[in-house]
Amino acid sequence: MKMVVVAGTPGSGKTSVLMHAVKDLIRAGHSPALVKIDCMWTEDDARFKRLKVPVAVGLSRDMCPDHYAIYNFDEMLEWAAAQGASILLNETAGLCLRCAPYPDKALAICVIDVTTGPNSPLKVGPLLTTADAAVMTKGDLVSQAEREVFRERILEANPGCRIIEANGLSGKGSAELAQLMAGWPDICGEMVLRHNPPLAICTLCTGELRIAKEHHRGVLRHLDGFMEYKGE
Amino acid sequence: MSQINSEIMPLTLTIQGGVDKDGHLDAVSEIEITSGEIIGIVGPTGSGKSTLIADIEQFALGDTPSGRKILINGLEPAGELRCNPRKKLVAQLSQNMHFLADMSVEEFLRMHAKSRGKDPGLANKVIALANTLTGEPVNPAFPLTILSGGQSRALMVADIAVISDSPIVLIDEIENAGIKKQEALRLLAGEGKIVVVVTHDPMLALMASRRIVMKNGGMTKVISTNEDEQRVFKDVERMDGWLTALRETIRQGEVVA
Repeated sequence: MKMVVVAGTPGSGKTSVLMHAVKDLIRAGHSPALVKIDCMWTEDDARFKRLKVPVAVGLSRDMCPDHYAIYNFDEMLEWAAAQGASILLNETAGLCLRCAPYPDKALAICVIDVTTGPNSPLKVGPLLTTADAAVMTKGDLVSQAEREVFRERILEANPGCRIIEANGLSGKGSAELAQLMAGWPDICGEMVLRHNPPLAICTLCTGELRIAKEHHRGVLRHLDGFMEYKGE
Repeated sequence: MSQINSEIMPLTLTIQGGVDKDGHLDAVSEIEITSGEIIGIVGPTGSGKSTLIADIEQFALGDTPSGRKILINGLEPAGELRCNPRKKLVAQLSQNMHFLADMSVEEFLRMHAKSRGKDPGLANKVIALANTLTGEPVNPAFPLTILSGGQSRALMVADIAVISDSPIVLIDEIENAGIKKQEALRLLAGEGKIVVVVTHDPMLALMASRRIVMKNGGMTKVISTNEDEQRVFKDVERMDGWLTALRETIRQGEVVA
């Protein structure tokens, strides 16, 4: 079984790019299965089902969708195996940009929208810096110069990564992406994350609604960067 | 193939036909274009002109919706030539009239030069050249996003001429740019380049030695310009010069005499 984790900011075109890549994978004789992780609601499963591939949805609801995905990877893999799949494609929700739900042996893909401007590769953090490939979308909306500057910025953030220019509407780049997926080694043995998830367990996580530090416990960082531990 | 780079001339660009929007084969099965030629792409809006340009830009290998293949000197281009801007053989002026990057003009151009492996000092040369094509000058400190459509296009043209100095130049509808189109085309064409220009403009279309006619996504035929057309071209050129002068008079707030 091969495993591909596709992350990227909301609206960057993850689903559209994946749909084209799935078609290419099927054409080349592979059997992909898809798991879409989202928070509150998604209809992407209906879009994927039109491609006649096994699709499952996981809604994390009041939990962090990346954490939710990470501790459910084993279930996803079991499910994909039961569907007779040869490649598990996992599309993440893509939200806070502090962690990156990439297991070390999976192919990690970061989808990134060119129209967000050349500073965005520097803002995306581990989602981009620990990815194997960056897929640049919406390049048709900007000039060639702007695409090339964006590409340079991606390489500044992640010098070793492969860059694929894709278009979710026309399908440009999907063949290259599908080839990369199909050529990735199978996963084996125990997997660990490439990047540590953020410090999170604080009083907000357990439901505290009041604002300001006097009501909160755990590791708290002040605006000036000073960190303190408050609690037992 | 690895030895091909932007210094190797002359080049032959081959377009091998694919399919139109209904999956029917292109009537033009193959066309070869060599260094120094300006070739036009014509056809009604929606006929697939921009798609053909996109096929050339990404060196399609039967992996785009049209199924076309692009060859360089008769061979499939290596992966690096397809994507690494430092090795890129193609410079493209698309229909986009605006920049979205949140940077100053100079900062952007310096970074673009860097991405193409060129001297960042070329930025000032680009700005000076752009200012010969547009009415209101562009200042290096301007944010890119406040530039007008004409200023943006002038900057894109100058950027292609100076920084993206590639042996193949693709131009999508320069006539709508609000800049001096003939001068822009002359700048872009440079010495011995292959220029592919999408156009509805009679003068630009007749400046091309041949033109590919598009319909329903397919390449239907190739027309070579002839002596009759070139006689018409002389008239069009005169008319265009007259219109340009009138336009300039009105722009300058003067009375047409």
